[in-house]
Formats: sequence, C-alpha cells, structure tokens
Amino acid sequence: MSGDKILSIDRLAMRFGGIVAVQDLSFAAERKKITALIGPNGAGKTTVFNCITGFYKPSGGAIRLTHDDGTTVALERLSDFRIAKQAKVARTFQNIRLFPGMTALENLMVAQHNALMRASGFTLLGLLGVPTYRDAEKRAIDLATDWLKRVNLIDRADDAAGNFAYGDQRRLEIARAMCTEPALLCLDEPAAGLNARESAALSELLLSIRDELGTSILLIEHDMSVVMEISDHIVVMDHGVKIAEGTPREIRDDPKVIAAYLGADEEEAAAVMEGGA
Amino acid sequence: MDYFAQQLINGLVLGSIYGLIAIGYTMVYGIVGMINFAHGDVFMIGGFIALITFLLLVSTGLTAVPVILLIVILVSMAITALYGWTIERIAYRPLRHSFRLAPMLSAIGMSFVLTNYSQVAQGARVKPVPPVITGGYTLHESADGFVIQLSNIQIVVVITTIVLLAIFTWLVSRTRLGRDMRACEQDQTMAALLGVDVDRTISMTFVIGAALAAVAGLMYLLYYGLVDFFMGFVAGIKAFTAAVLGGIGSLPGAMLGGLAIGLIETFWSAYFSVEYKDVAAFSILIVVLIFMPTGLLGRPEVEKV
Repeated sequence: MSGDKILSIDRLAMRFGGIVAVQDLSFAAERKKITALIGPNGAGKTTVFNCITGFYKPSGGAIRLTHDDGTTVALERLSDFRIAKQAKVARTFQNIRLFPGMTALENLMVAQHNALMRASGFTLLGLLGVPTYRDAEKRAIDLATDWLKRVNLIDRADDAAGNFAYGDQRRLEIARAMCTEPALLCLDEPAAGLNARESAALSELLLSIRDELGTSILLIEHDMSVVMEISDHIVVMDHGVKIAEGTPREIRDDPKVIAAYLGADEEEAAAVMEGGA
Repeated sequence: MDYFAQQLINGLVLGSIYGLIAIGYTMVYGIVGMINFAHGDVFMIGGFIALITFLLLVSTGLTAVPVILLIVILVSMAITALYGWTIERIAYRPLRHSFRLAPMLSAIGMSFVLTNYSQVAQGARVKPVPPVITGGYTLHESADGFVIQLSNIQIVVVITTIVLLAIFTWLVSRTRLGRDMRACEQDQTMAALLGVDVDRTISMTFVIGAALAAVAGLMYLLYYGLVDFFMGFVAGIKAFTAAVLGGIGSLPGAMLGGLAIGLIETFWSAYFSVEYKDVAAFSILIVVLIFMPTGLLGRPEVEKV
C-alpha cells in the first residue's frame, strides 16, 4: 500500500510468558483513512491496541506514529497520559468506560485536560481566574457542546453519563475521545451491542469524523456491515499473525479470511461476508 | 435548655475541626482507595508549624492579630501541604501498584515517623500558647445564673470552616482540577488515556488534604491553646471515624460525620462522663455501621467490570 502513513507497525510481537499473542505483525494505517483490524475472537486485535496505547510494552517490534508536521513518535516507548498528550492517540474500549458519576459535559471536559492545563498555567493561574484561562475554558465548553450536538446528546448534557442508554454511552465515548483532538482515533468494537439503526448512525458518525475533521481511524469491529461500509483498508488477523490485508472487496473474496472466520465451512463464511455487502 | 444550647455550640466547634481533618481521609480514600493513617499526624504537624510561625511573628514585634493570623494560616497551609506532597511521593507512590495492604502499612509507618520526628525536634512536653483571640458574646443569661457563651474563637473556627468548605466544594465541582480528581477517582486508566496526569492529580489531592488539616491544626491550637507531638493520634482516629461514619469517599459525608462525632462527644461529656466520651463516639460508629454499612452518605461500592 502506498500513501501517507500515520501509523506504521513494524514486526510487532507480544508474548505473555510462553503465550504468543501477536507475532511478526506489520501493517500501516493511512492518514485520514479508516483502517479496520478484524479477525476471529482471540486473534490478538485488542492486544495490538493495548500495545499502541501504552498498556503493554511490546516484546518486540516498533510502532511509529507520524504527525502532520512530520514528527515521529515511538509509541512503544510512551505510556500513560503521554499517549494522549504527546502522541495524540485516543482510544475507546470494548466495554464502556465513561466516568459514570460525571455529567456528559464533564466527561467531555476531562478529555480537554491538556488544552486547559496549558492555559491554566499548570493549575495556579486557573484558580486565580486569569482571562486567558477563562477563554480556554469557554473554548473547551464550546468544543464539548459541539460534540454533544454531533452525537445528538445535547439535551442531556447535564445528566450523569452512567444513566444514559447503552447506545448513547457508546456515542458519548467516541465524542469524548474526539475531544482530546487526537491525530489517531482507535476504536475497539464501537458497534458491539448496537442495533442495526444505531450501527448505521455510528457508521455515519465515523465517516463524518474522517471526512470533515480528517482524523485517522483505526477500528476493531466484528460487525461486518460497519466494517465493509466504512473501511478504506482492512487488516485481518488470526492467531496473532496477519493473514490478509486489502480493500473491503479484496478481503471479502479472500479464501484465507473466510476459512479463518468460520473454519472450513466456506459457504457459511461467504454468507457472513455477503451480509456486509 | 441553656446548658444544652451551650453544649451544642461547643459540639459544633469541635465537629468543625474533626470535619476538616476527615475531608483529608475521605478524599485520599476516594482517589487511591487507601486509608492515609499519617493524616492525623499531618494535622499535628500543621499545628506545630502554626505555633512556630506564630512565635516567630510575635518575636519580630508584630502585634496586629488579624495580620498575624493571616500569615500563620498561609504559612502553615503551604508548609503542611509540602509535607503532604512529600509523604505521598516517598511513602505511597512507589507502592501504588503493590499489594493492597502495602500503602496502608507504609502509612502507619509514616505516622510513627512523623510523631517521633516531632517529639525529637520539638520535645515531648505540651506547648502552650497564650490566648490569641479573646472575648466573646453572652447570648443568654438564665434566672439561675447560667450563661450561654459564644466566644470569638468559636466564631472564627466555624466561619473559617464554612469558608474553606465553600472554596473546597467549588474546587471539586467547578474547576479543571476538581474534574480531573473525580475522573481519577472513577477510572484512573481512562483518565490517563484522556491525557490526565494521574500521579499529579493524586499529589494534588494529598496537598489539598494536608492544607485543610493544617487549618484544622491551627484552629486546634487557637481553641485549646496547646499542641503536643501526640495530638495527631487521637484526633486522627476521631476524624477517620467521622469519615467512615459519614460514608468514606463522600465529601459532604466527611463534614457531616465530623459534626456528628463532635456533637456526640460533647453531649456525652456534658451529660454522662468525660472519661467515656471516646467510647460513646466509637459505639455510635459501630451501631451506624451495623445498620448502614456504607455510612450516612456513602454509596455502596460497585465492582468495576
């Protein structure tokens, strides 16, 4: 594949004791494109995410993120809050991890910590209420409000996030990740548990993030209708290795992928893949 | 009735001091899930720093009481906050990802360190100060000659507590720092992924808790007119009881628990026996916890998925 790469993973390996979760994995995600990472359960997809976002220290290999201005960040060497701060990578989890006791607006405000931190002169000036900080806070609220509108939750801005319906929480989580103003957005099964209508709305939201904001997206997803509809590029993993890579059309017809997904039963596998057409 | 009113005033003042210390316990528990057993000693340190600052200022010939008090409160808050930060940095942070009991044991050790350090540095004797804020008001005088007194120092303690609580509530509910603290309390990993520096936020929690304890130390010094190296132990246990009674992790609960413990102690001393006031306070704690295991305002802990 060619083009401008935002994320390139080179010979990534992750071992837990004797168990090999990811082995010799190389792929790249293009800038301003949606790249999907798919594969059967236990293929190692989430492990890859955990390596990208600093939860695991890879046993080997390199993960490079290249920003718009050409600076490169070695993600495998960062951890913790520096992933969001320096690398500008945001992620969501398979299970929802909003701050349930805080309001929707507050959830989005926490995500703007870094912008506010700079403006607040590291806490002190913020407490004194200097004008630059108040401006920054106003901008933060504007951005949060903007996102609440995008995900249709503006009416519930001041409700505790824990009380939201499941689908609403999913959308709020994406909004929160976007409020960190990431260069790369990593979504771990954003469509899990959504009904068909909600999945369609999710696809639309992700496409608008790509097209209007130019944010690159890396996606793990089992819902093939979402993957096939919005992905520009698909990487297929099984048992910790990459088994195929290509456009949705190429992947759909790849016999190796079909075999991996549903064992040897190609007819059934084909049916699943067709479901996303 | 007059006697009752007088005890109510005394109880509220004592309760305010307990409440200020209890907030430190409950905040730290909320964010890192450990009981900071050294917090009572941080309160004691705050009292000593207030005393030293006070004596230094007086020795320079300064006599304006409000000015002295303002400087004393700021200096003792600042230095005690530094203690709080240092304690977290050297005794708790290295153990944060260790087994659950490790930071608690470290806290108990830290408590001994602070107690003995103060004893060595300041001596074992009780340090008295002359009354700084004198005078007061007679609210009511009954026929049999019993008067209800409201002293100026009591007014100062209660007003300072209310002002600090207002600032503190604003800090937690309306500012960036407060939002970060609540976020870390609910999900540290996620907060870190959103760019929040969790270590820094936890440090700030200790700093704020210590600053509030310093004010409590100063109030204690002014109210009782003395400090000693061992006062942190009992006050700390009482404030911890207050935090548990109110529902550990809940900030209004800490204040409510502090007031409750203060009132229980005062009324018990007034109507029954002074010797058994601690027994009364801890017995009430036991009874409340039997019927409300999460305390008065606590929420049941939900296991994270």
